[in-house]
Amino acid sequence: MAPDAAERIPITSDADVVTARQRARALAVTLDMPSTDQTLLATAISEIARNITAYAQRGEISLEIVRDGTGRSGVKVVARDDGPGIADLERALTDGYTTGGGLGLGLPGARRLVDEFDIQTSPGEGTTVTLVKWNRSA
Amino acid sequence: MAEATEARDDLLRELVAHLRDNRTELRQEWARRIGEAQLLTALTEEEIFSEATSVYDNYVEVLETGSVEALRGYARNLSERIIPRGVETDEVLGIVLLLRDVLSRSLFKKYPDDFNRVLDVYEPAANRIANTVAINFVTERERVIRQQQEAIRELSTPVLQVRERLLILPIIGVLDGQRARQLTEQLLRGIRTNRARVVVIDITGVPAIDSTVANHLVQTVDASRLMGASVIITGLSSEIAQTLVTLGVDLSKVNAVGDLQGGIEEAERLLGYTVISGTAPEKTEDRT
Amino acid sequence: MAVPILKQGPFLIASIQSALTDTDVLQLRDDVMAQVTRHRSRGIIVDVTSLDVMDSFVSRSLQGIARMTRLRGAETVIVGIQPEVAFAMVQLGMSFEDVQTALDLEEGLALLGA
Repeated sequence: MAPDAAERIPITSDADVVTARQRARALAVTLDMPSTDQTLLATAISEIARNITAYAQRGEISLEIVRDGTGRSGVKVVARDDGPGIADLERALTDGYTTGGGLGLGLPGARRLVDEFDIQTSPGEGTTVTLVKWNRSA
Repeated sequence: MAEATEARDDLLRELVAHLRDNRTELRQEWARRIGEAQLLTALTEEEIFSEATSVYDNYVEVLETGSVEALRGYARNLSERIIPRGVETDEVLGIVLLLRDVLSRSLFKKYPDDFNRVLDVYEPAANRIANTVAINFVTERERVIRQQQEAIRELSTPVLQVRERLLILPIIGVLDGQRARQLTEQLLRGIRTNRARVVVIDITGVPAIDSTVANHLVQTVDASRLMGASVIITGLSSEIAQTLVTLGVDLSKVNAVGDLQGGIEEAERLLGYTVISGTAPEKTEDRT
Repeated sequence: MAVPILKQGPFLIASIQSALTDTDVLQLRDDVMAQVTRHRSRGIIVDVTSLDVMDSFVSRSLQGIARMTRLRGAETVIVGIQPEVAFAMVQLGMSFEDVQTALDLEEGLALLGA
């Protein structure tokens, strides 16, 4: 069995975001992930990928299957862009009570949909968001 | 070094030959010991004999080829068959270890002066075999248990259609986050399948809820609305109502009715039925 | 991919066939407004049965469409949100407070009083 390699999808248009979502779903299917969770994963990708197309020139989403020490498997998504970075990260991660809180970057929402969420960003240096959705054990 | 390997290979061939030649008698000895240890009581004598034959042959084959591929397949297959019969892990491991001992003793009788060399060849394989069988059995058992748990969970949250466009979801027992989530998924699918316009969720049988479950409940209401169904919650005890208020849940968003009967009547009202007491409800509006 | 909009009497039906890019969504909004004005429609159904994902942008846009059509005297009903999509939307915090929803086209038309 070939080792799980990362799949990289360049993001230059919103059509690429659709591709990234569909590829992520396809990966989740190979792990027998329940379809509700597949949708949560695809939705989270949609949320964060928008930041690439809206604010950055270039970006990339990489997808891979990951496993942890207990034999659990999951899908890991890394969304990188070369955009302006997020200046006020704390605010960006704070939920507004109205729809689209968090400076409209969709980060708090995306975080709720996945199991692990990490963001690295600084002004002028782009942003990298990492998501992991683990396969639910029954 | 090559010489040592060749000598090992020769010894191995000898051992395998010995175990094959004495197959009948060693298998019998093994079956006897299985009976003595009172293992595999769930199986009949014929079944034990038939499985014993397969296990024995697989065992010797692993010794000969060094590969556990065939054994793995057989172990999985065996597990699938005997787990529903109630065979436990300790029994399966027990019989494999008994076979190891029976063969070991037989080899010792044949090579009393050379036993250390024999063990060098025999032990690694014997251990791999025990390992492989145990792991496959346990994995299969875990899979079965998960399946059973899933089935039980589904059974305990049935979504009932009692009237056209009306679903009732009676919840009984303690809700945890996982069960609540499963309930939501089942309900939403039920709304689609049954084309429900109103859902009555009865929580009379739920003693208490925590914030996770409270959130799930609210999310269930919201998600059902997105699918065009309105939700009535019945059986909301004052304790739970208090919990919800403390957790900051906006109860004005929730259509709560005292008991299930009241909830169904409210639902029928929403659907355009009028209830004339003592008779079956008749539809006053036809919304199709 | 432009979303086809059909006229059914005083109502319009926009059936979204496949995954929507953000550009498609904005196009849909413009097309709906143009058609509502042209036909003086009383109501519009947006059918999202085929969507396997509805993110915050799509949700906000549909809410925007509903508000705009209301200003023109037409009610918008979103139909066909799938169970998993509804679940994800709610997790995201999108709950369509002021937009009407119905299970499917038939229910949506009934809601509009067809």
